[in-house]
Amino acid sequence: MLTRTQWGFIALIVAGVLAPHLGVYPTFLMKCWCLALFACAFNLLLGYTGLLSFGHAAFIGAAGYIAGYSIKAWGLSPELGILAGTAFAGVLGYLFGSLAIRRAGIYFAMITLALAQMLYFVWLQMKFTGGEDGLQGVPRGKLFGVIDLADTLNLYYFVFAIFIVGFLLIYRTIHSPFGQVLKSIRENEPRAISLGYDVDKYKLLAFVLSAALAGLAGATKTVVFQLASLTDAHWHTSGEVVLMTLLGGLGTVFGPVVGAFVVVGLQNQLADKVGSWVQVIMGAIFVVCVLAFRRGIVGEWMTLFSRKR
Amino acid sequence: MKRKLVSLAVAAALTLAPGALVAQQKGGLKLSDGVVKIGILTDMSGLYADLSGAGSITAAKMAIEDFRAQEKGNVFPIELVYGDHQNKGDVASNKAREWFERDKVDMIGDLVTTSTALAVMPIAKQANRITIVSGAASTLITGKNCTDTNVHYVYDTYALANGTGKAVVKQGGDSWFFLTADYAFGHSLEKDTSDVVKANGGKVLGAVRHPFPGTDFSSFLLKAQSSGAKVIGLANAGTDTTNSIKQAAEFGIMPKQSLAGLLMFLTDIHSLGLKTAQNMYLTEGFYWDFNAETRAWSKRYYDQHKRMPTMVQAGVYSSTMHYLKAVKAAGTDEAKAVMAKMKQTPVNDFFAKNARIRDDGRLVHDFYLLQVKKPEESKYPWDYYHVRQVIPAADAVGPAANSECPLMKK
Repeated sequence: MLTRTQWGFIALIVAGVLAPHLGVYPTFLMKCWCLALFACAFNLLLGYTGLLSFGHAAFIGAAGYIAGYSIKAWGLSPELGILAGTAFAGVLGYLFGSLAIRRAGIYFAMITLALAQMLYFVWLQMKFTGGEDGLQGVPRGKLFGVIDLADTLNLYYFVFAIFIVGFLLIYRTIHSPFGQVLKSIRENEPRAISLGYDVDKYKLLAFVLSAALAGLAGATKTVVFQLASLTDAHWHTSGEVVLMTLLGGLGTVFGPVVGAFVVVGLQNQLADKVGSWVQVIMGAIFVVCVLAFRRGIVGEWMTLFSRKR
Repeated sequence: MKRKLVSLAVAAALTLAPGALVAQQKGGLKLSDGVVKIGILTDMSGLYADLSGAGSITAAKMAIEDFRAQEKGNVFPIELVYGDHQNKGDVASNKAREWFERDKVDMIGDLVTTSTALAVMPIAKQANRITIVSGAASTLITGKNCTDTNVHYVYDTYALANGTGKAVVKQGGDSWFFLTADYAFGHSLEKDTSDVVKANGGKVLGAVRHPFPGTDFSSFLLKAQSSGAKVIGLANAGTDTTNSIKQAAEFGIMPKQSLAGLLMFLTDIHSLGLKTAQNMYLTEGFYWDFNAETRAWSKRYYDQHKRMPTMVQAGVYSSTMHYLKAVKAAGTDEAKAVMAKMKQTPVNDFFAKNARIRDDGRLVHDFYLLQVKKPEESKYPWDYYHVRQVIPAADAVGPAANSECPLMKK
């Protein structure tokens, strides 16, 4: 007998494999998977460790630039470029994290925001990023030197595989003893300290992990769109990921994935029809979500399900 | 069961049928999928929605209607789609890819802001479709990043900086001080203009860099004021420019010193008001009140959009028309053939006279040095500029010899 989460996994993989064959536009799906991974990485920090980072744009943005530049200028293959971006985001996460975890709550959020904004201006000034114009024309290249990623379907399955790997890693982390300690920190930090856990180390490791996975998402996104731009590094992105996570369901495994699909889908569908009203609609959805269903889509659904049983 | 199978087969045949008709003949033309599809990718909600946005869509619609009327209805099917790129490179890239791959769009126009133009151009080249950039400013578009499927139709920073710099020095504004947005775009605008000022015998007394985007320009403006320069060049764009002008007016910088906007549009002047903007110099590639022809078209445009056109919107009309004529002349909507026709045929309409598209994609046409009128000089709505000088095409556009575009070296 499979558990509900396992059913969820199967459904996710089947949907992911079949979707491009059911007439859903693959590039749109790839964007969704990238942002879903980003939201999951963020959820690891907010949902399971209770740390609200408001600077996650720094990691997705930085990894995008590093991956884009290393592929374009140094001729790295896409998988190495993505690894380079991810590693850079991890190092950045270590630097940001070791500063930020010294404070908690709103101060933590502000420190991450400030650091991310500093990095934003670094990208704006640097020559290789192209500043406002962005870094374009990143070749998609050949995966492992064999599989041609210029073919949209090949690229799609590559992106989907990256998402699944990242997603499983997060799932594994949450359900490991390490994850249990993270949850205990979220619930009651002084108590975790009194039990003898070196809380700061756990927080830092969670932060680095989250940053690296956000970087993985950003680097993959760069390969998909063949460009890295300031959009990803802007604080809007940091806000958007909060919306995705809350809307989908904070602290649930599948919540951020659902949230990312809803937000990206809405933006995609509404942008041409209502213009600037997209922001207003997003804001309204956020308000309704916070007021009416705080557990998010997946969270509410799961409560409903378990109540019926 | 059998019946079900049959109906399934029929359904399948029906859905597959349009695919089988690819490259059909319509009105004697070879069209890739039976229709010429034009996409206007623009900013519909942000900073540049006024100078392009819905107005550009109106312009493209007008062009299609006028083309149909000219051909007396005997034309291939034309469709218009439009989208909001929100000034984000990744959104633009996503949309363009979707349009090319799924919706079979043949040409994308407008493309305001450089980041979106540069993002879409290589995708169009890959897909062998055409881009016509009307909205974006960077010289990279016809420089290092040029593609053979792109036209840069309206203006670039070189033309604006060059036009304003040279002309203002000649009018006696021979000492300059720059207020520069502190990022690549601002720096290059400042550098281009300084070079022009110096080459024409003017002096550059200095520059001050403000963070981007900025809100409080007071300390920078005071520096500019105390420099004693006759002209303060605004090497910034959008709200940075309008805010610095407003604050300059509050500090009483004018009329002792005059401002020169290096990247400004009719709509910026409209929102600033003549009282604040008066006496400023700027360069544009089109002014609606220039002659009878521009007025006639602009009035028609005004009837539909309730605002006078900016150079970007006029450019979208003119370029869409030029594109449609090229499709008809080439007898196909295949990008290379259409582009060859577009480059072969000069543009001759209210927007540009005898203008040709260079190999790097730059449309070489006249520019206008304009000075903003005083409130009492403005006789009717949207009467904003004195045309001080027509800058001939050869002077306005960057010299071909200096081009960094590989397509130019032949």
